[in-house]
Amino acid sequence: MTATGTPARTLMEGSEALVRASIAAGCRFFAGYPMTPFTEVLEHFARLLPDAGGACVNAESELEAVGMAWGALATGARAATGSTGQGLSLMQESFSEITLAELPLVAFNMARGQQDYFQATRGGGHGDYRHIVLAPQDVREGVELVQLAFFLADKWRNPVLLYGDYLLAHTQEAITIETLEFPDLPPKTWAVTGARSGSGWSGSVTPLGVGKHGQPALGQEGKFQYIATKMPMMEREVRVESGWCDDAETVVVAFGSPAKFVKYAIKQLRAGGHRIGYVRPITLWPFPHDAVRDAAGGTSVRRVGSFELSAGQMVDDVRIGVAGQVPVTFIGGVSTDHSGFGMGRLLDVDVVRERILALHEERELPVVPGYETNGYRLPEHQQEAAR
Amino acid sequence: MTGNPGSLGPVLDTSSAPTGARVVEPLKPDLLLTQEHQMCPGCGEPLAVRAFLDVLADLGVAQRSVAVVGIGCYTSFAGTIDVDLVQALHGRAPSVATGVKRMLPGSVVFTLQGDGDMVNEGLQEVLHTAARGEAVTCILLNNGVFGETGGHMTATSVLGQRTKSSLGGRDAGYHGYPILIGDLVSRLDGAAYVARGSVHNAGSVARTKKMFRRAFETQVEQRAFSFVEVLTMCPTGWFVPTADGPGYMHDTLGEVHIMGELKVDGRVRTTDELRAENEQRQREIDAQLARGGLDP
Repeated sequence: MTATGTPARTLMEGSEALVRASIAAGCRFFAGYPMTPFTEVLEHFARLLPDAGGACVNAESELEAVGMAWGALATGARAATGSTGQGLSLMQESFSEITLAELPLVAFNMARGQQDYFQATRGGGHGDYRHIVLAPQDVREGVELVQLAFFLADKWRNPVLLYGDYLLAHTQEAITIETLEFPDLPPKTWAVTGARSGSGWSGSVTPLGVGKHGQPALGQEGKFQYIATKMPMMEREVRVESGWCDDAETVVVAFGSPAKFVKYAIKQLRAGGHRIGYVRPITLWPFPHDAVRDAAGGTSVRRVGSFELSAGQMVDDVRIGVAGQVPVTFIGGVSTDHSGFGMGRLLDVDVVRERILALHEERELPVVPGYETNGYRLPEHQQEAAR
Repeated sequence: MTGNPGSLGPVLDTSSAPTGARVVEPLKPDLLLTQEHQMCPGCGEPLAVRAFLDVLADLGVAQRSVAVVGIGCYTSFAGTIDVDLVQALHGRAPSVATGVKRMLPGSVVFTLQGDGDMVNEGLQEVLHTAARGEAVTCILLNNGVFGETGGHMTATSVLGQRTKSSLGGRDAGYHGYPILIGDLVSRLDGAAYVARGSVHNAGSVARTKKMFRRAFETQVEQRAFSFVEVLTMCPTGWFVPTADGPGYMHDTLGEVHIMGELKVDGRVRTTDELRAENEQRQREIDAQLARGGLDP
């Protein structure tokens, strides 16, 4: 047991596990603004960071939370912020510039579903940038990936986003927080601490392409090009899990908590003799296009489905991976609970299984129980335009 | 009614060295990497930057200072001040400074922002940071105009001020009223020291340096929030001849944003108090000038 770790197999909610894993990874600063279902992440940081020698600020807004993390990172500390996708929308300007400043930010998105896939992988901010996006399927994996997030952020000097959700944040699991070992990284000689002020060689951490007078600088165009150079290199961090694809006729792609439901449903279906496999992207960026391509290219594969709780976002990446080898069908949908914070009726193993089976048998997707009356009728002029 | 002290004689013609001139301060302070700057002729910002750099050096805290700089004309000083520095987004410097200070409690952290940066884009940042009592110093270079974009109205532009986005002059009914940010910050319990200086004449520069000194001392000794606003000339953004900058500033911004220490040791000083102090200073200056010159 470490100062931040726990005795073997302690029952705790996902938010606390992620926070304890962050502190085990050396995170010493956090700033956030409460928002469901992210709030508990802030609460646990506020409770646990001071005893670990760190600081947690209940920021007055998301704009300020990300700014505070920015400042802490510039001193060389491991630091993080987070929110839901809604709150992260407010942080996007800073996300763009923090990436240009090459600061190793870790950001939590305790998302209200999977509708933030584009925000996470395409970026809601301006300019050319990419964030490595890790999407754990459960608390146990989250504990590992959050530690990996801090390592990768430092390794690439690039933000890493942890894409969680309501289930990850609130599910209680009996787990052990073990501090993971990672390869050594070079010292952060770029950090500013005031120690070089007045030496003639003061430093600066800046998203701009300028440096201190007399020191070499990239220029703005050079800065953009340098960041662009890093992107294909970071693609080597791709992580993916796949199963039962060797003999599969149908392959389903899913990520995060819903992927765990998909895997369980497929296990049931395989027990019934249905040859179905899955691909689970663990990194949403870089997306495992090659793994999807290889899975779809299996000699027995006839079709690929994308299951996600959105109107269809990841399906774009699935199509890029499949590259026209077989048809790709979107079998997910918009689905939240009545509050809009949690998971809706689509995230139910029986429902997931029936949709996968319908895809597999090339039938129309069944109506989700409880959504029978959801016949949304658009205004006449829009229906006319659609005809 | 007089706002800020103004009559210190005419603006010096520096096209050639005045007779009898002698160097009393080094041309380049130690904390500047180069004497060159990218500001327009007549700009007040280099004077303000020099003032706080001199104070940091005098206090002996330069080697533990970290600057957090916003976006405006003054951003170019990020490359020339010999201070470890974090470049922030427009408006966001106080939060970035908060993160720096929380990780480096023994450092001296200050922001450098303009009125567009601090009072327009990032007003909540400076207010929250002050209310939180964060042990940083926020420095505002207030010229009442967006200088970098070429002369547009900011939240501190005074009524009647002509800008490219208030061509007929700022009109209260149409554009609203200016924000007196120093006064606003002084009302927050978390703010320990708040002052408004100016660089439109030599006396004001000297007075502003004292304000910077007290502000940094407040950060170091009281571990509390301090704020220094400096009125700076922007003849380019005001569309006035370069040499008219100081006089224009005195007559316009200076009549609204009143110079002085707005909050000292937790006590807020009223605008009337500040005006009275400034009038007394002016009388002393006038008396000295009448005797043939300023006292040493």
